[in-house]
Amino acid sequence: MSLRDTRVTLAHGGGGTAMRDLIEEVFTSVFAPEMMEDQARLMAAGLQEPGARLAFTTDSFVVDPVEFPGGDIGTIAVCGTVNDLAVGGARPLWLSAAFIIEEGTEVALLRRIVASMQAEAEAAGVRIVTGDTKVVGRGMADKLFVTTAGVGVIPPGRDLQAGHIRAGDVVLVNGVLGDHGAAILAARGDMALSVDLVSDCQGLGHLMEAVLAAAPGTRAARDATRGGVASVLNEMAAAAGLAIEIDEAALPLRTEVRGMCEILGLDPLYLANEGRVVVVVPEAEAEAALAAMRARPDGTGAVAIGRVMPGRAGQVTMRTLFGGTRIVDMLVGEQLPRIC
Amino acid sequence: MKYADEFRDPRAARALLDKIADVTAAIGATAENPKRIMEICGGHTHAIFRYGLDKLVPEGLDFIHGPGCPVCVLPMARVDECVELAEDPRVIFTTFGDAMRVPGSRKSLLQAKADGADIRMVYSPLDALEIARRNPEREVVFFGLGFETTTPSTALSIQAAAAEGLENFSVFCNHITVPPPIKALLDDPYMRLDGFVGPGHVSMVIGIHPYDFIARDYGKPIVVAGFEPLDLLQSVLMVLEQIRDGRAEVENQYARVVPEHGNPVSLAAMADVYEPRPSFEWRGLGEIDASGLRIRPAYAAYDAEVKFGVGYGAARRNVPEPEGCACGAVMTGRIKPVACPQFGRGCTPEMPLGALMVSSEGACAAYYQYGGARAEAV
Amino acid sequence: MCLGIPGQIVAVTDAARMMAMAEVSGVRRAVNVACIAQGPLEDLVGHWALIHVGFAMAVIDEDEAAKTLEALRGLGEAQETLEAMAAGDAALEGQI
Repeated sequence: MSLRDTRVTLAHGGGGTAMRDLIEEVFTSVFAPEMMEDQARLMAAGLQEPGARLAFTTDSFVVDPVEFPGGDIGTIAVCGTVNDLAVGGARPLWLSAAFIIEEGTEVALLRRIVASMQAEAEAAGVRIVTGDTKVVGRGMADKLFVTTAGVGVIPPGRDLQAGHIRAGDVVLVNGVLGDHGAAILAARGDMALSVDLVSDCQGLGHLMEAVLAAAPGTRAARDATRGGVASVLNEMAAAAGLAIEIDEAALPLRTEVRGMCEILGLDPLYLANEGRVVVVVPEAEAEAALAAMRARPDGTGAVAIGRVMPGRAGQVTMRTLFGGTRIVDMLVGEQLPRIC
Repeated sequence: MKYADEFRDPRAARALLDKIADVTAAIGATAENPKRIMEICGGHTHAIFRYGLDKLVPEGLDFIHGPGCPVCVLPMARVDECVELAEDPRVIFTTFGDAMRVPGSRKSLLQAKADGADIRMVYSPLDALEIARRNPEREVVFFGLGFETTTPSTALSIQAAAAEGLENFSVFCNHITVPPPIKALLDDPYMRLDGFVGPGHVSMVIGIHPYDFIARDYGKPIVVAGFEPLDLLQSVLMVLEQIRDGRAEVENQYARVVPEHGNPVSLAAMADVYEPRPSFEWRGLGEIDASGLRIRPAYAAYDAEVKFGVGYGAARRNVPEPEGCACGAVMTGRIKPVACPQFGRGCTPEMPLGALMVSSEGACAAYYQYGGARAEAV
Repeated sequence: MCLGIPGQIVAVTDAARMMAMAEVSGVRRAVNVACIAQGPLEDLVGHWALIHVGFAMAVIDEDEAAKTLEALRGLGEAQETLEAMAAGDAALEGQI
């Protein structure tokens, strides 16, 4: 062990032995890439199939606090990119991971985050094959920013996109909504609320494979992260040129999430999720898709929440408990806690 | 959720709506000649749109959205003063989230934060007190905003600070009271109102008698209402029944929370810490006599106006309303939000021109967000 | 300015500062109970209160809540009977 520091210093970003020690002991010893070149060299057997396509995506992750009940920034950095691939019908294969580390960050924290990234990657069946680290001065970053990019293969014949959505289709979600957003809000501590909630962050690759096997006519899927389910529904309705109507009574919400929302005046439809997907399927396949999700631990709470309607293009409405309707718009700015 | 879910039962809602339709028809109210009922409190406005109640009641019933949104009635000059306080490098400015996006003439608090001001959103003035305890070298100012519901919380916080000798804590007081603007609206010759749904949470503090003048002097019914949809519908029905029976009374639908005489501890704390200002400016309504509160001289050490020399304590600036903004006419119920030429064009929740588009309690934001007008146009 | 919600007082946390723990649907927050304290703070435990910006502002009167609910339930049941009758009429008409 040549890495003796307990905290990252600017020396660990300087390109010398300190940086080498940090990378080797904290990162590559865990991710174990096949070679230590500046690039990953990949053989994609799936790509040989005629009609197969490569899927490629990237995402940056910032979260405060970096560790929270149910995960940490590493978990969501892996899950987020795996999910961006999976909801497009791709089988996720490889990830890159780049870290911007604030001077003074504890090495032990980095080790915990790297360990959870590796665990998530193994669970999702992907490998972290290349990466980078940079160190910035105190105050230039909030402990740690992570960027991951992901590559996957879309098998021939799969073509999920919101443009394929048709009137009459059914809108499904794989479980209770808003756990991640509410758990982060509580973990941040500035509202002094305590609650037993854990983030829903999880990889959705295997769940999507199960859905696509059970419901091959699946039109489109999106993971409902920032902006929540409401934003995904608005994006889908706009892309499809159709309306979507959801049913308030059908929305799956944990009591504690409802409680958080009541106290702070927030709308759970806009709370972030990190392991929830909105899937749109033809009505004839809805039951099969739901059954496939419910058979898995990452989809036990799956339900149909609404339906695609002819209506005004891009409009999302919700039927309230009283049979009234209201518009569910895109989120404006960020949801602020209110007392009014 | 206990005491909430029971009051959201759709079956009882249908029964109430049927009765509301019956009484509306019985008193001859129609779309052309509707009964105009003002829900005073912005929380009620929000609930009406959130549950889609506006589209479930008969056409002969018209909700007029009252001035009970403290963020919406805050004059732009006060927002400017907030920004000025927040930009003082000595200050940690603490506020409820509601006020963050309200546009001032230079910037909003959200923009001031981005420009480097130390502005922190809190859930409670108690959290601001705690920030003051932990940062003895900084001045912690709490943005005291709201009606009688919220006033006791800042009064008790100031008393606590005084008891502890927490000298780096002060309140920028913008507390306002409900009855004076109601009187101003009733005195407005352009206003035509047939009854009121009264603010439930304000009333749990002040009781129901401060509204006696509405029934006694103006002959209008008022029913103090809870915030769940069944509470609101039942209260509307009670107002309509008073109209039908030719009665004008103060009734209390929300008796589970609102005691007839209010809350004595809250009232005592308010009276100890605050006194009425001679007058206070309301956005859209102008100066209204004795409608705002200020901190009594005995607590001057905790009064940010005195400590930093801003606001009513200092030279007042006159800040004109943005051009084309019809917030005043909407606030007084003269026009509906959609009738404002800027609605959805120059004024949206992304880029609000007037305050009614900022707060989710504001009538314009509620119309826009929940689609009062847009959903009907489908 | 009216976001207030019912919470149950579950424990006294700091009697000197009049603080108690309130629980709303599994979410806990320390609240000031000065406005509702009439005797020893312990007596409040188990009661429901209306919580606003970290203060318990009113004890919820269970009897009054029950009265309001009873009236509303009566309406709901009457509505159900009406709807059942209407459905019965429709079914009869369908037969003819």
